[in-house]
Amino acid sequence: MRREIRFAVFVVFLGLFTVSALGQQPPQPPEGFVPASSVQGQEHLPAAPLVITAYSVVWLLVFGYLWSIWRRIAKAEGDLADVSRRVSASQRR
Amino acid sequence: MKKLFAPLLILTAAMFAYAPVAIQNAPYESTMGLVQKIFYFHVPSWFVMFSAAGVCGIGGAVYLFTGRKVADRVALAAAELAVVFGLMGLITGPLWGRKAWGVWWQWDARLTSALVMWLVFVAYLLLRKYGGAGSEKLSAVLALFGMANVPFVYLSVNLWRTVHPKTSVVMTLEPEMGRPFLLCSLAFMALFVLVLAARVRLENIRAAVDELYVAIED
Repeated sequence: MRREIRFAVFVVFLGLFTVSALGQQPPQPPEGFVPASSVQGQEHLPAAPLVITAYSVVWLLVFGYLWSIWRRIAKAEGDLADVSRRVSASQRR
Repeated sequence: MKKLFAPLLILTAAMFAYAPVAIQNAPYESTMGLVQKIFYFHVPSWFVMFSAAGVCGIGGAVYLFTGRKVADRVALAAAELAVVFGLMGLITGPLWGRKAWGVWWQWDARLTSALVMWLVFVAYLLLRKYGGAGSEKLSAVLALFGMANVPFVYLSVNLWRTVHPKTSVVMTLEPEMGRPFLLCSLAFMALFVLVLAARVRLENIRAAVDELYVAIED
Protein backbone atom coordinates (compact mmCIF):
# COMPACT_ATOMS: atom_id res chain seq x y z
CA MET A 1 0.00 0.00 0.00
CA ARG A 2 2.83 2.41 0.98
CA ARG A 3 4.70 1.57 -2.19
CA GLU A 4 1.59 2.39 -4.23
CA ILE A 5 1.18 5.74 -2.51
CA ARG A 6 4.87 6.55 -3.07
CA PHE A 7 4.47 5.58 -6.73
CA ALA A 8 1.35 7.79 -7.09
CA VAL A 9 3.18 10.79 -5.51
CA PHE A 10 6.12 10.17 -7.86
CA VAL A 11 3.79 10.12 -10.90
CA VAL A 12 2.08 13.36 -9.79
CA PHE A 13 5.41 15.15 -9.26
CA LEU A 14 6.73 13.83 -12.58
CA GLY A 15 3.58 15.10 -14.28
CA LEU A 16 3.90 18.56 -12.67
CA PHE A 17 7.59 18.73 -13.58
CA THR A 18 6.83 17.77 -17.19
CA VAL A 19 4.05 20.38 -17.48
CA SER A 20 6.23 23.15 -16.01
CA ALA A 21 9.19 22.11 -18.19
CA LEU A 22 7.00 22.20 -21.30
CA GLY A 23 5.69 25.62 -20.24
CA GLN A 24 9.22 26.98 -20.12
CA GLN A 25 10.05 25.84 -23.62
CA PRO A 26 10.83 28.67 -26.06
CA PRO A 27 8.08 29.36 -28.62
CA GLN A 28 8.18 27.50 -31.89
CA PRO A 29 10.08 29.38 -34.58
CA PRO A 30 7.94 30.63 -37.47
CA GLU A 31 7.66 28.37 -40.48
CA GLY A 32 7.95 31.41 -42.74
CA PHE A 33 7.35 35.18 -42.89
CA VAL A 34 3.82 36.45 -43.55
CA PRO A 35 3.45 39.87 -45.22
CA ALA A 36 1.31 42.27 -43.10
CA SER A 37 -0.87 43.14 -46.10
CA SER A 38 -2.13 39.54 -46.37
CA VAL A 39 -3.26 39.30 -42.70
CA GLN A 40 -7.05 39.17 -42.53
CA GLY A 41 -9.08 41.42 -40.23
CA GLN A 42 -6.39 44.03 -39.54
CA GLU A 43 -7.37 47.62 -40.17
CA HIS A 44 -5.03 50.23 -41.60
CA LEU A 45 -6.88 53.44 -40.87
CA PRO A 46 -5.16 56.57 -42.23
CA ALA A 47 -4.77 59.30 -39.58
CA ALA A 48 -4.74 62.34 -41.89
CA PRO A 49 -8.52 62.42 -42.69
CA LEU A 50 -9.31 62.16 -38.95
CA VAL A 51 -6.94 65.02 -38.08
CA ILE A 52 -8.24 67.19 -40.95
CA THR A 53 -11.86 66.50 -39.93
CA ALA A 54 -11.11 67.33 -36.28
CA TYR A 55 -9.51 70.70 -37.11
CA SER A 56 -12.22 71.50 -39.67
CA VAL A 57 -14.93 70.85 -37.08
CA VAL A 58 -13.20 73.15 -34.58
CA TRP A 59 -12.86 75.99 -37.11
CA LEU A 60 -16.43 75.55 -38.37
CA LEU A 61 -17.82 75.64 -34.83
CA VAL A 62 -15.73 78.71 -33.90
CA PHE A 63 -16.64 80.71 -37.01
CA GLY A 64 -20.24 79.51 -36.99
CA TYR A 65 -20.67 80.55 -33.37
CA LEU A 66 -18.96 83.93 -33.91
CA TRP A 67 -21.23 84.58 -36.91
CA SER A 68 -24.28 83.61 -34.84
CA ILE A 69 -23.32 86.03 -32.02
CA TRP A 70 -22.60 88.84 -34.52
CA ARG A 71 -26.02 88.31 -36.20
CA ARG A 72 -27.87 88.20 -32.87
CA ILE A 73 -26.11 91.36 -31.61
CA ALA A 74 -27.01 93.17 -34.85
CA LYS A 75 -30.66 92.13 -34.45
CA ALA A 76 -30.75 93.10 -30.75
CA GLU A 77 -29.20 96.51 -31.53
CA GLY A 78 -31.82 97.02 -34.25
CA ASP A 79 -34.57 96.18 -31.75
CA LEU A 80 -33.03 98.54 -29.18
CA ALA A 81 -32.92 101.43 -31.68
CA ASP A 82 -36.53 100.72 -32.72
CA VAL A 83 -37.85 100.60 -29.15
CA SER A 84 -35.84 103.69 -28.18
CA ARG A 85 -37.50 105.62 -31.05
CA ARG A 86 -40.93 104.48 -29.89
CA VAL A 87 -40.17 105.52 -26.28
CA SER A 88 -38.96 108.99 -27.33
CA ALA A 89 -42.01 109.39 -29.64
CA SER A 90 -44.40 108.51 -26.81
CA GLN A 91 -42.63 110.96 -24.47
CA ARG A 92 -43.02 113.81 -27.04
CA ARG A 93 -46.78 113.21 -27.08
CA MET B 1 -13.12 95.33 -21.09
CA LYS B 2 -13.95 97.68 -24.01
CA LYS B 3 -10.35 98.98 -24.07
CA LEU B 4 -8.89 95.49 -23.83
CA PHE B 5 -11.18 93.96 -26.47
CA ALA B 6 -9.33 95.13 -29.62
CA PRO B 7 -5.76 94.27 -28.45
CA LEU B 8 -6.95 90.89 -27.15
CA LEU B 9 -8.73 90.23 -30.45
CA ILE B 10 -5.54 90.95 -32.41
CA LEU B 11 -3.46 88.80 -30.05
CA THR B 12 -5.93 85.91 -30.26
CA ALA B 13 -6.05 86.10 -34.07
CA ALA B 14 -2.24 86.09 -34.18
CA MET B 15 -2.05 83.06 -31.86
CA PHE B 16 -4.62 81.13 -33.92
CA ALA B 17 -2.82 82.09 -37.15
CA TYR B 18 0.49 80.72 -35.80
CA ALA B 19 -1.04 77.65 -34.13
CA PRO B 20 -1.10 75.44 -37.30
CA VAL B 21 2.62 76.14 -37.87
CA ALA B 22 3.47 75.30 -34.24
CA ILE B 23 1.36 72.13 -34.36
CA GLN B 24 2.93 71.04 -37.63
CA ASN B 25 6.45 71.57 -36.20
CA ALA B 26 5.64 69.56 -33.05
CA PRO B 27 7.09 66.02 -33.14
CA TYR B 28 4.92 62.95 -33.72
CA GLU B 29 4.03 60.93 -30.62
CA SER B 30 5.83 57.57 -30.68
CA THR B 31 2.84 55.18 -30.55
CA MET B 32 -0.05 57.23 -31.98
CA GLY B 33 1.76 59.18 -34.67
CA LEU B 34 -0.06 61.89 -36.63
CA VAL B 35 -3.49 61.42 -35.02
CA GLN B 36 -2.11 62.59 -31.62
CA LYS B 37 -1.95 66.11 -33.10
CA ILE B 38 -5.70 66.39 -32.44
CA PHE B 39 -4.58 66.82 -28.79
CA TYR B 40 -3.49 70.46 -29.43
CA PHE B 41 -7.10 71.59 -30.03
CA HIS B 42 -8.97 68.82 -28.16
CA VAL B 43 -7.58 69.49 -24.67
CA PRO B 44 -7.78 73.33 -24.86
CA SER B 45 -11.42 73.04 -25.96
CA TRP B 46 -12.09 71.09 -22.72
CA PHE B 47 -10.14 73.71 -20.73
CA VAL B 48 -12.55 76.32 -22.10
CA MET B 49 -15.53 74.04 -21.40
CA PHE B 50 -14.40 73.64 -17.75
CA SER B 51 -13.81 77.41 -17.41
CA ALA B 52 -17.23 78.17 -18.91
CA ALA B 53 -18.83 75.65 -16.54
CA GLY B 54 -17.08 77.36 -13.61
CA VAL B 55 -18.19 80.84 -14.70
CA CYS B 56 -21.74 79.58 -15.26
CA GLY B 57 -21.86 77.95 -11.83
CA ILE B 58 -20.44 80.99 -10.02
CA GLY B 59 -22.80 83.29 -11.95
CA GLY B 60 -25.71 81.05 -11.02
CA ALA B 61 -24.69 81.01 -7.34
CA VAL B 62 -24.33 84.81 -7.23
CA TYR B 63 -27.76 85.18 -8.86
CA LEU B 64 -29.34 82.69 -6.44
CA PHE B 65 -27.95 84.32 -3.30
CA THR B 66 -27.94 88.03 -4.26
CA GLY B 67 -30.51 88.25 -7.06
CA ARG B 68 -28.13 90.30 -9.27
CA LYS B 69 -29.41 90.00 -12.83
CA VAL B 70 -26.02 90.70 -14.38
CA ALA B 71 -24.74 87.47 -12.79
CA ASP B 72 -27.59 85.57 -14.42
CA ARG B 73 -26.70 87.08 -17.82
CA VAL B 74 -23.04 86.04 -17.39
CA ALA B 75 -24.16 82.53 -16.40
CA LEU B 76 -26.37 82.23 -19.47
CA ALA B 77 -23.57 83.42 -21.76
CA ALA B 78 -21.09 81.00 -20.17
CA ALA B 79 -23.54 78.07 -20.47
CA GLU B 80 -23.74 78.61 -24.22
CA LEU B 81 -19.95 78.62 -24.46
CA ALA B 82 -19.77 75.45 -22.38
CA VAL B 83 -22.07 73.72 -24.87
CA VAL B 84 -20.17 74.95 -27.96
CA PHE B 85 -16.67 74.13 -26.67
CA GLY B 86 -17.87 70.88 -25.08
CA LEU B 87 -19.27 69.87 -28.46
CA MET B 88 -15.84 70.54 -29.96
CA GLY B 89 -14.26 68.19 -27.43
CA LEU B 90 -16.95 65.56 -27.91
CA ILE B 91 -16.41 65.53 -31.68
CA THR B 92 -12.61 65.74 -31.78
CA GLY B 93 -12.20 63.10 -29.04
CA PRO B 94 -13.88 60.23 -30.94
CA LEU B 95 -11.97 61.18 -34.10
CA TRP B 96 -8.75 60.72 -32.12
CA GLY B 97 -10.02 57.61 -30.32
CA ARG B 98 -11.03 55.88 -33.57
CA LYS B 99 -7.38 55.64 -34.57
CA ALA B 100 -5.77 55.40 -31.11
CA TRP B 101 -8.20 52.92 -29.48
CA GLY B 102 -9.90 51.41 -32.53
CA VAL B 103 -13.35 52.58 -31.42
CA TRP B 104 -15.27 55.85 -31.75
CA TRP B 105 -16.64 55.74 -28.21
CA GLN B 106 -16.12 53.85 -24.97
CA TRP B 107 -18.57 54.04 -22.07
CA ASP B 108 -15.81 54.53 -19.50
CA ALA B 109 -15.66 56.97 -16.58
CA ARG B 110 -14.05 59.92 -18.39
CA LEU B 111 -16.05 59.86 -21.60
CA THR B 112 -19.37 59.19 -19.90
CA SER B 113 -18.91 61.84 -17.18
CA ALA B 114 -17.84 64.40 -19.81
CA LEU B 115 -20.96 63.62 -21.87
CA VAL B 116 -23.17 63.93 -18.78
CA MET B 117 -21.62 67.31 -17.89
CA TRP B 118 -22.20 68.55 -21.44
CA LEU B 119 -25.83 67.36 -21.28
CA VAL B 120 -26.32 69.32 -18.03
CA PHE B 121 -25.44 72.54 -19.87
CA VAL B 122 -27.63 71.59 -22.84
CA ALA B 123 -30.44 71.11 -20.31
CA TYR B 124 -29.61 74.56 -18.86
CA LEU B 125 -30.05 76.20 -22.27
CA LEU B 126 -33.26 74.27 -23.01
CA LEU B 127 -34.63 75.30 -19.61
CA ARG B 128 -33.82 78.95 -20.33
CA LYS B 129 -35.45 78.80 -23.75
CA TYR B 130 -38.61 76.83 -22.92
CA GLY B 131 -38.83 77.03 -19.11
CA GLY B 132 -40.93 80.19 -19.02
CA ALA B 133 -41.11 82.60 -16.08
CA GLY B 134 -38.98 81.65 -13.09
CA SER B 135 -36.67 79.38 -15.05
CA GLU B 136 -33.73 81.62 -14.10
CA LYS B 137 -33.56 80.27 -10.54
CA LEU B 138 -34.06 76.66 -11.57
CA SER B 139 -31.35 76.98 -14.22
CA ALA B 140 -29.00 78.60 -11.67
CA VAL B 141 -29.31 75.44 -9.55
CA LEU B 142 -28.63 73.34 -12.65
CA ALA B 143 -25.52 75.46 -13.32
CA LEU B 144 -24.26 74.64 -9.81
CA PHE B 145 -24.67 70.92 -10.53
CA GLY B 146 -22.87 71.38 -13.84
CA MET B 147 -19.98 73.16 -12.14
CA ALA B 148 -19.79 70.47 -9.44
CA ASN B 149 -19.19 67.91 -12.21
CA VAL B 150 -15.94 69.60 -13.34
CA PRO B 151 -13.54 68.09 -10.72
CA PHE B 152 -15.09 64.63 -11.19
CA VAL B 153 -14.64 64.77 -14.96
CA TYR B 154 -11.09 66.10 -14.64
CA LEU B 155 -9.98 63.55 -12.03
CA SER B 156 -11.97 60.60 -13.44
CA VAL B 157 -8.94 59.37 -15.40
CA ASN B 158 -6.90 59.15 -12.19
CA LEU B 159 -9.66 57.72 -9.99
CA TRP B 160 -11.10 55.01 -12.25
CA ARG B 161 -9.77 52.63 -14.87
CA THR B 162 -10.25 54.22 -18.27
CA VAL B 163 -8.80 54.10 -21.78
CA HIS B 164 -8.34 57.87 -21.77
CA PRO B 165 -4.82 59.28 -21.08
CA LYS B 166 -4.24 60.50 -17.50
CA THR B 167 -4.01 64.16 -16.42
CA SER B 168 -0.25 63.73 -15.90
CA VAL B 169 0.20 63.69 -19.70
CA VAL B 170 -0.06 67.48 -19.87
CA MET B 171 2.39 68.12 -17.02
CA THR B 172 5.01 65.74 -18.42
CA LEU B 173 4.99 66.98 -22.03
CA GLU B 174 8.33 67.35 -23.74
CA PRO B 175 9.17 71.03 -24.47
CA GLU B 176 8.72 70.47 -28.24
CA MET B 177 5.14 69.35 -27.58
CA GLY B 178 4.58 71.59 -24.55
CA ARG B 179 5.20 74.90 -26.35
CA PRO B 180 2.56 74.43 -29.11
CA PHE B 181 0.17 73.08 -26.49
CA LEU B 182 0.68 76.16 -24.30
CA LEU B 183 0.15 78.42 -27.34
CA CYS B 184 -3.10 76.66 -28.26
CA SER B 185 -4.31 76.72 -24.65
CA LEU B 186 -3.63 80.47 -24.37
CA ALA B 187 -5.34 81.09 -27.74
CA PHE B 188 -8.43 79.16 -26.65
CA MET B 189 -8.60 80.92 -23.27
CA ALA B 190 -8.25 84.34 -24.95
CA LEU B 191 -11.01 83.34 -27.39
CA PHE B 192 -13.15 82.31 -24.42
CA VAL B 193 -12.74 85.74 -22.77
CA LEU B 194 -13.55 87.56 -26.04
CA VAL B 195 -16.58 85.46 -26.94
CA LEU B 196 -17.89 85.58 -23.37
CA ALA B 197 -17.64 89.39 -23.41
CA ALA B 198 -19.50 89.55 -26.75
CA ARG B 199 -22.16 87.12 -25.55
CA VAL B 200 -22.70 89.06 -22.28
CA ARG B 201 -23.05 92.24 -24.36
CA LEU B 202 -25.83 90.55 -26.33
CA GLU B 203 -27.66 89.70 -23.09
CA ASN B 204 -27.20 93.28 -21.83
CA ILE B 205 -28.75 94.70 -25.03
CA ARG B 206 -31.66 92.24 -24.76
CA ALA B 207 -32.18 93.27 -21.12
CA ALA B 208 -32.19 96.95 -22.15
CA VAL B 209 -34.79 96.20 -24.87
CA ASP B 210 -36.99 94.38 -22.33
CA GLU B 211 -36.76 97.32 -19.90
CA LEU B 212 -37.80 99.73 -22.66
CA TYR B 213 -40.77 97.54 -23.59
CA VAL B 214 -41.86 97.56 -19.95
CA ALA B 215 -41.47 101.38 -19.92
CA ILE B 216 -43.70 101.66 -23.02
CA GLU B 217 -46.39 99.45 -21.49
CA ASP B 218 -46.32 101.50 -18.27
